[in-house]
Amino acid sequence: MDMVDLPNASSPSHLSWNGVRRGSRKAPLEWVLERCIFLVSLSAIVLVFLIFAFVLRESLPVFLGRVDSTVAQRVIPADQMDTLSSADLAKYLDLSEREFSEMDRDTLRLMMEVKGESAAEAPLDKDAGVNTASWRYLLLPHQWTGYEKPSYIWQPVSEIHKYNVVPLFIGSLKTTLVALLFSIPLALGAALYVSQLAPPRVREWLKPAIEMLAGIPSVVLGFFALIVMASVLQNLVGAESRLNAFVAGIALGLAIIPVLFSIAEDALTSVPRSYTQAALALGASQWQAAWQVVLPAALPGVFAAVLLGFGRAIGETMIVLMASGNASILSWNLLDSTRTITATIAAELAEAVFGGHHYRILFMLGTLLFAVTFFTNLLGELIIHRLNRRLEGKA
Amino acid sequence: MKASSPDTSEPNGFQKTRFEWASFVFSGLTGLATFLVLAILAIILGNILLLGWDGLSWRFVSSGTEQDMFNVDQAGVLPMIVGTAARVFLMTLVVLPVGVITAIYLTEYARNNSLLTRVIRGAVNNLAGVPSIVFGLFGLGFFISFVGTHLDGFMHSGSQTPVWGKPGLLWASMTLAIMTLPVVIVATEESLRAIPPGLREASLALGATKLQTVVKIVLPQALPGILTGGILAVSRAAGEVAPILFTGAAYYMATLPRSLSDQFMDLGYHVFILSTQSPNIEQTRSILYATVLVLLLLTFALNLVAVLVRARVRGRMRAMH
Repeated sequence: MDMVDLPNASSPSHLSWNGVRRGSRKAPLEWVLERCIFLVSLSAIVLVFLIFAFVLRESLPVFLGRVDSTVAQRVIPADQMDTLSSADLAKYLDLSEREFSEMDRDTLRLMMEVKGESAAEAPLDKDAGVNTASWRYLLLPHQWTGYEKPSYIWQPVSEIHKYNVVPLFIGSLKTTLVALLFSIPLALGAALYVSQLAPPRVREWLKPAIEMLAGIPSVVLGFFALIVMASVLQNLVGAESRLNAFVAGIALGLAIIPVLFSIAEDALTSVPRSYTQAALALGASQWQAAWQVVLPAALPGVFAAVLLGFGRAIGETMIVLMASGNASILSWNLLDSTRTITATIAAELAEAVFGGHHYRILFMLGTLLFAVTFFTNLLGELIIHRLNRRLEGKA
Repeated sequence: MKASSPDTSEPNGFQKTRFEWASFVFSGLTGLATFLVLAILAIILGNILLLGWDGLSWRFVSSGTEQDMFNVDQAGVLPMIVGTAARVFLMTLVVLPVGVITAIYLTEYARNNSLLTRVIRGAVNNLAGVPSIVFGLFGLGFFISFVGTHLDGFMHSGSQTPVWGKPGLLWASMTLAIMTLPVVIVATEESLRAIPPGLREASLALGATKLQTVVKIVLPQALPGILTGGILAVSRAAGEVAPILFTGAAYYMATLPRSLSDQFMDLGYHVFILSTQSPNIEQTRSILYATVLVLLLLTFALNLVAVLVRARVRGRMRAMH
């Protein structure tokens, strides 16, 4: 019942409100200002679009299969420099237009010689001729030289740049799964208790207290997991590597407890009091009313909370970067050291050559991450929207 | 009103005891979950407070690091505090106006069910869910390699080294401003909605225009909520590291940042460096804990204020309806 009584802004704003003409002397400036307010309010839409566009822009060549990371390359002798057009030469030397224009002839010649020498030293195994940035090598296992069987390998800085993203996806899923399994019971239990069972006076300070967990920066949770939790958990479960998916997952769970709690608590609280009162009047106990009436009514909201928690967990960076151990092994074992998508981006982007294949593949991972969280968020919001309408009796 | 009190003279006494037992277990389990969450929170905060307190000294927060930032006796965090404060301050200058104006549009002007309003709300919610590392990628892809490089092309076309086309204070702040925009919008919207419609109607009835009503009646009333949004955004941004990894944070800098295009040292990033790059983690433990404590004190003090103000705003709103 927020603003129902207010005059509706849908009437042409420069004419009248409720039929009362307003003073005309302020109209032009106000009209301009109100247009400005409208334009600024579009910023969120523009920003989401820009984020998608510019992260995609850097990774588009990977999606289109136009990135070449083949190690063995055609060598052009430095003597033949003049036969190349300047555009071809820049491309051959991996230079941007700006860089190219800043170099003199001798530097270019030197670069060509260096390139020729490094090509001569390049490893001569069969993998050198493979374009590892194409989709086949990004997703499928490959029989690399020196490995016993076809395997999924992420080794971007080795001689042959191996870019298989499957270990990273499994790493992200593993830590996220642990985080959800750890945080869902705690957060939902707390949400049920705070919204249904706690005395009102206790509720007033319980909710802000739990939400304070959201105020701990993720780098501090990462620090705590790395310095304190890792040793404690290693003693408890006897893991081989001190940092692993389990430790990172638990710390990640701490980060998403406030998210799950807040949304689930909101959903549970927004179930009308009359539901509970009706159940109690029929002789149900308080827990029966909470468990069998309120929780089912708010179930979509709880599901949305889990969905949004999943989105948060899979996108969280600092915690997994610090606590997961960062070894890109393909394994479903929770006690193995693990490398996630986000940690890979954070750890490797600074070293990747600007505009190179490594750089573009990291942006490709970012684009996929954005897409995944975009759709989980969208779905979560839709569910909450539907639920609220249903509880308000509009649908 | 005690709910679970069926008449004891009823013949189904067996069922009743079973109900109370289940009720006890259920309340106990959910209560235990609540307690565990609070206990974990207390353990984390207690651990950091106890172990960080000893390393904290006036010298530590008021001096910089001359040579070796892992030297326990000489290390100081002043440059990191200055860097973090600078990027957060710049961010506030951008995010507050944009966020407040968007919230004004959403509550005062927009039709509640129009497609546009729903799209704006959806975009705001989605922005809140974008992973922080993606904001970092965006900052690099948009601000540095697009805007910055083009700025350099216009303004500094003669210079060899990029001025804007590299990580810097301004780009880190802008990236954070985008990340915290939803925080400000949501908090402001909440406080705008808590203002009784009667106030607006009274103002309109006296002949004020809509914009006058918004600026002179609604906004002053909503000020606490807007401040809450600002504080929440600041405390959220102060602790974020992932978005500034590629957009401005420096591993080490001998001087404080002097211009908007300079890189800076940052508290959160410094915590990351101290915990992962330290040559001897046992020796540097005290400065690590002290740095974490400084970061936590900054973000938590702000957060506590915001949570309290918000609880009050919500209470007022509930009382009204």
